[in-house]
Amino acid sequence: MSKEIKPKRRDFLFTATYTIGGVGIASAIWPLIHQMNPDSSVKALSTTEVDVSSIERGKTITVLWRGKPIFIKRRTEKEIEEAEKVDLEDLKDPEKDSDRAKNPEWLVMVGVCTHLGCVPLGNKGEYKGWFCPCHGSHYDTSGRIRKGPAPKNLEIPKYEFVDSNTIKIG
Amino acid sequence: MSEIKYIPKSKLAQWFDKRLPLLTLSHHLMEYPTPKNLNYWWTFGGILTFCLITQIVTGLVLAMHYVAHVDHAFESIEHIMRDVNYGWLIRYVHANGASMFFLAVYIHIFRSLFYGSYKEPREVIWIIGLLIYILMMATAFMGYVLPWGQMSFWGATVITNLFSAIPFIGESITTWLWGGYSVDNPTLNRFYSLHYLLPFLIFGLVVLHIWALHIPGNNNPVGIDVKKNSNETMPFHPYMVMKDLFALLLFITLFLWFVFFAPNALGHPDNYIEANPLVTPAHIVPEWYLLPFYAILRAIPSKLGGVIFMFAAIFILMLLPWLDTSKVRSAIFRPIYKKLFWLLVFVVILLGYLGAKPPEGIYLILSRLATAYYFIHFLLILPLLGRYEKTDPLPRSISDPVLDKPGMINKFKKVAVTYEGENASSFK
Repeated sequence: MSKEIKPKRRDFLFTATYTIGGVGIASAIWPLIHQMNPDSSVKALSTTEVDVSSIERGKTITVLWRGKPIFIKRRTEKEIEEAEKVDLEDLKDPEKDSDRAKNPEWLVMVGVCTHLGCVPLGNKGEYKGWFCPCHGSHYDTSGRIRKGPAPKNLEIPKYEFVDSNTIKIG
Repeated sequence: MSEIKYIPKSKLAQWFDKRLPLLTLSHHLMEYPTPKNLNYWWTFGGILTFCLITQIVTGLVLAMHYVAHVDHAFESIEHIMRDVNYGWLIRYVHANGASMFFLAVYIHIFRSLFYGSYKEPREVIWIIGLLIYILMMATAFMGYVLPWGQMSFWGATVITNLFSAIPFIGESITTWLWGGYSVDNPTLNRFYSLHYLLPFLIFGLVVLHIWALHIPGNNNPVGIDVKKNSNETMPFHPYMVMKDLFALLLFITLFLWFVFFAPNALGHPDNYIEANPLVTPAHIVPEWYLLPFYAILRAIPSKLGGVIFMFAAIFILMLLPWLDTSKVRSAIFRPIYKKLFWLLVFVVILLGYLGAKPPEGIYLILSRLATAYYFIHFLLILPLLGRYEKTDPLPRSISDPVLDKPGMINKFKKVAVTYEGENASSFK
């Protein structure tokens, strides 16, 4: 530390120029990057209402919400029972069935495998829930991941019962 | 590279060349000294240039008829196939051209692996080559999405979802890539834009690849340094040009066989079904040239892990010049490496086969073993082998292996005598 180099006036000017130049370039690049994010028209399509009165027990319907399939399943007593009796210790992504289905009879989930985005097939797999044909993930009757490469349970979208026959997703 | 400075003959050419040395450049390209022992595995550089130009020209023409919109894309492809004059031919050349491009690039890469072309002083050529390969994969993937068939859509979904494995920011990256909450019209539009751009970036890298090649000059099957401008080299034109053209004609024969007799053999029939975001095909497979990496992705029983290993399988090749510690380039003089090279070829083909099979039972076990071996080959075997392998003695010149063959000297003598009489002077 004996020989301290004193910054010169010119060094200050260089640093200031680089900084302003850098900020300028970054702010010019940002619109070019941000334009790729979802636009206003895409964001506008954010809710869907579904009439579920015609679904029988044990049946599933698939509707499109934000370009993704949504599974609406009216579960049977047996399926609800199976989903509820699972020990949370056995789960990769522990979640109680009651936290996933507001009304145990109705299971509303985003039908997109949490691995790489395929649509799982219903009433298939080792846990009689869903099975993803792409890379072999098995989900149970509550849509929770039980076996295979997917890291998470099938996502539950934001939804509410507008009346007993209508579900509003989003 | 020629030592003598080139001066154009006419005054006008001299005037021009002084201002823009294009004539000097073309003279350099024609006179560029190539080792005289290059075999046919060295013709794939020219073949690949042909493939790139074919893809750019046919792609340019297809872009005049294609519509990048989810409601019209699939239809516009059928319009090209049925209504556009020679549209079927141009599209089949473009689609099969991608496969041919990859076939040639894989041969070119394995040529490099066998003859140690990636080693000092050619590391930069190798790395630029890998960048070209990575851009090729990105371009091919986005091109495959454009017809908007079932495989297009679900392939795009699976590949873009790879980025969602990145911790914390993964979800926002995929949303950004899609321009929405799933693969949709904005995704198709940007893929089209990038699919048009990337081939020109590849072209730029090809120029750098060749430039970097012309600094040290070609490697050769024997793998020892060649004395430039000696009797060990020949000018690129006409010798290598003719050899490259002959190989190119054979390659085009195979290419056109696919185009005319089996135009859909390398594609997937599901891509003739229009994209449907509600139904995933029972069995999603990428194009054949991506299958080995797909097998690695599925071999790892964790989402992030699979993605990391898949990308590592490609990027590990960038380090190859330093992972392979052997100073001997050509596998001809490396008895153990030569066997392991063929084992690696087998393992990569096996991974390709497994990538096309469902990820269960014996297929899954085999893909885990093959993935493990792939990494062991590069990370463990190559660094150690360079230290412990006993290599065969290298010849002093690239001519020696030819002349050392029994009877070769007499054969040359006989030819010389036939043409020049008893006291042939050209023969030493």
